This record gives sequence, C-alpha cells and structure tokens, in this order.
Amino acid sequence: MTEVSPGYFLALAGLLFTVGVVGVLVRRNAIVIFMFIELMLNAVNLFFVTFARMQGNLEGQVLVFFVLVVAAAEVVVGLALILLIARRRASLDVDNVSLLKW
Amino acid sequence: MSLDIVVFGAMFVVTLGAALAMLFARNAVHVALLLVLSQVGLAVAFLLQGAFFVAAVQVIIYAGAIMVLFLFVIMLLGVDRREALNEPLRGQRQLALGLGAVLTAQVMYVAWQGVDLAFADGGETVLREINSGDGNVLGIARVLFGRYLLPFEVTSVLLIVAVVGVMVLTRRIVSVPPKPDNETPSLESEEVAV
Repeated sequence: MTEVSPGYFLALAGLLFTVGVVGVLVRRNAIVIFMFIELMLNAVNLFFVTFARMQGNLEGQVLVFFVLVVAAAEVVVGLALILLIARRRASLDVDNVSLLKW
Repeated sequence: MSLDIVVFGAMFVVTLGAALAMLFARNAVHVALLLVLSQVGLAVAFLLQGAFFVAAVQVIIYAGAIMVLFLFVIMLLGVDRREALNEPLRGQRQLALGLGAVLTAQVMYVAWQGVDLAFADGGETVLREINSGDGNVLGIARVLFGRYLLPFEVTSVLLIVAVVGVMVLTRRIVSVPPKPDNETPSLESEEVAV
C-alpha cells in the first residue's frame, strides 16, 4: 500500500474526468467522443478505488466491476449505432447528424 | 524520497499527459492508442492502492477487449479519414474550456471535502486494512458473491440484452422490391433507396 495521500489520486481522477468532458464538448468525430466517454468512466473507477482505500473496505472495488460491465454494454451498442450512421451518411461528424428523420 | 512517490509521479504524468494529448490528436487511431496508454497508467494507480484484481481486469478488459473493439470499428470505417479541427460554431471552444475550468475547480473542492470527511476521525490506520485477511481477490469475491449477488446476476441480463440488441441493430436487411399496392414504403424499400 502506498504512502501517497488519497487526495492526489482524487485530484488525478478529477482532472481526467474534466479532460473527458472537455473532449466530448470539443471533438466532433463520433468515435473519438465515445473514447472520451470511456475516459470519464475510467476516472470514475479511480474515484471508486480511492474511496474504497479511504474507507477500508472492498465495496468500492466491487462497484468498479459494475461500471465495467455497463461500459462494455454501452460501447457495444454505441459502436453499432455509429456503424449504422456511418454507413448511411458516409461521415462520422456528429454535426451532420442533425435530423431525427432521414 | 520513497519509491512510491516516484511511481505515483510517473503514473500521474503519463496518465494525464496521454489524456491531454487525446484532445489534440487528429487521427482517431492515435486517440485510441493514447487512451490505451492512459488506461495502463490508471492500472498502475489501482496497483498502488492495493486494488490488484481491479488493475488486472483494467488491463485485460479495458485496454485489451474494449479498445480492440474501438480499433476494429475505426479500421472498418476507414482510418485515413481525418477530423477537421476547425470549429463551425463560434465561441464553442472557449465555452467548453471555461466549463472545463469551472468543473475542475468543483471536482477538486468536492474531492478535498471528501478527504477531510474520511480522515475526520483519524483514518490513517484504515488505509492499511483493506487487503488484510485472505487477500484482494478472495475479499472481492466474498463481497461480490455475497452482498452484491443479485446486482451481479442482473448485469448478466444487461449483457445479454446488449448482445441481442446489437445483433438486431446490425443485421443485414434483405432487399425486397416494394409491393405495388403498398402506399407507405416499408423499411426494406427504404434500404433499396439508400
């Protein structure tokens, strides 16, 4: 177990989460936006593990597995949707997907 | 200076640097590889905090399986497509950066509040008890298959639903010519038109 204070880990997780939010807002490629969402989920996992260490029990680490499963399901469904949109539009730019009806 | 601090510093720089470089990488493949680097750095962070099993799973599932899926889709759609970095909406970049700064301040504040709360009753000793007893993997198994058994089973339902949903979404629709007496075009005829 490290002697580094949990506060530094929390700071790292917060910074990673912020980078993820800014990336989602700034980038326009749909797959890249998805990867920034993954980055945010990873940051939340780091929060969970750090809180587990602070509380001295393992429930935070168990929660990471649930986040992992939800992330996997989300990636699979999201990438399928992106694939379908890219096939129809020949573009991955989210600005082009502005109509609800084709 | 302890070795832990050196490892933490290197991990901090690599993880955050890779995440920041993701913002500026043009090629989607570069973004994916930088994300893998960032995730491996996070695995080191988990190792440092005694979450050994989570670290292994992080490398195998996230940096392995999920990122391979990302790269597969990127390759399938064509790698040579580059994202134009100019922003058509005026002021959106500045707004996003301002929001990011505000969010950083908020998250930092909440994190430090949390640290204060956790250590209000002298929690230094708590930090060392996490892997006492049978060790990390057995401890996780006890919690996961004991108290959280029902949520664990529900996640399997979630995975099945996701798999079936994706298969339904991406199935190839066999094109049939629309019937002449059909007023509204069916889904199949729409496929033909596209």
